[in-house]
Amino acid sequence: MDRYSRQQLFAPIGERGQQHIREKHVLVIGAGALGAANAESLVRAGIGKITIIDRDYVEWSNLQRQQLYTEEDATNRLPKAIAAAMHLRAINRDVVVEPIVADADARLLEHVVARERPHVIIDSTDNFDVRMIINDVSQKYDVPWIYGACVGSYGLSYVIVPNETPCLRCLLEEVPLGNATCDTAGIISPVVHMVVAHQTAEALKICVHAQVNRKLVSFDIWHGQYRMIDVHKLKKDDCPSCSERRTYPALQYENETKFAVLCGRETVQIRPAHRGEQEWTTLLSFLTKRGIQVEQNDYLFSFTIHRHRFVVFSDGRVLIHGTNDVQEAKRLYYQYLG
Amino acid sequence: MRCVINGEMIDLPAHIRTVAQLLQHFRIHEKIAIVEINANIIMKEKYEHAAIADGDRIEIVHFVGGG
Repeated sequence: MDRYSRQQLFAPIGERGQQHIREKHVLVIGAGALGAANAESLVRAGIGKITIIDRDYVEWSNLQRQQLYTEEDATNRLPKAIAAAMHLRAINRDVVVEPIVADADARLLEHVVARERPHVIIDSTDNFDVRMIINDVSQKYDVPWIYGACVGSYGLSYVIVPNETPCLRCLLEEVPLGNATCDTAGIISPVVHMVVAHQTAEALKICVHAQVNRKLVSFDIWHGQYRMIDVHKLKKDDCPSCSERRTYPALQYENETKFAVLCGRETVQIRPAHRGEQEWTTLLSFLTKRGIQVEQNDYLFSFTIHRHRFVVFSDGRVLIHGTNDVQEAKRLYYQYLG
Repeated sequence: MRCVINGEMIDLPAHIRTVAQLLQHFRIHEKIAIVEINANIIMKEKYEHAAIADGDRIEIVHFVGGG
């Protein structure tokens, strides 16, 4: 019972608030730097249930800032959602932890949110395509979400409450091409923690039914800047995501193979329209027969052709490391796996 | 012209007179920026004409994608 005593002593939470936290379900999208830290804080705070979605696996370059993971996870190339769930359960066995190893696309997010009806969604993703999907799902199913992002030593966060605040699409006229800066600017862990501090604090407020911060917060931890901007005037009457004439453009899922360059990784992800577990097994035996040396665990297999490493997940997704060029990745993909 | 931008006093070149020019100067894409002048938020469609004046306190927030 001592476990949450310090948090309960904090008057805005108290014993009653602790009970509320215990009854809440949070959906964390992305298990990278932001996701791992948000998840750890909420699990320590005694959240009832956490669902964590991530498409990737742990690599050595993650360990500098993705606080849940260990060298062993990187050696074993464990999917981040699986590794996160394992560590989170060790931290607090009272929390129900549900890992999902998959790409957070429109179909999956709608499915998970419609089924689980989480109380809050925490954005820990690394691109705006997914954020626009989260934004539409949040409006459609009336679930608040907390935007968070960082690059270099700069970060920002903003809480979107359906029917109350402007949504992300109100604030952003177009999807920023953030990948360009991520490659060049890198990232330091203290700014991750600053973003996470804001996100977790707002998530706790939502859990205990307290008033959230309606302002857009941004900061630069290296240059000592911090500001909050009141953005309520930016709510648009004709917003396609949150106005009365909404169409949820990000949920108009196009069923095609998608290629995406992953931020700062020299990696291209391929998401085939149709490929299930069965084909995964067929593919594996096909490659082995061709004399290609394949390494395998329960969740993925990988092999190397010249300077390119291919990683194939059981849900059909493929990562090709060693290129930032979608055309080259397409060629390699169709050459070896198409 | 001297303005306080994100908390810092900055000398701006003389040709910068509007929010659009200011964003261009800092190489920030208009559509992903939020600008506040003396605690008043500026609507994006007004960036082209919104004037900035000596002594203004300007906050510029730009969105990033990493995480």
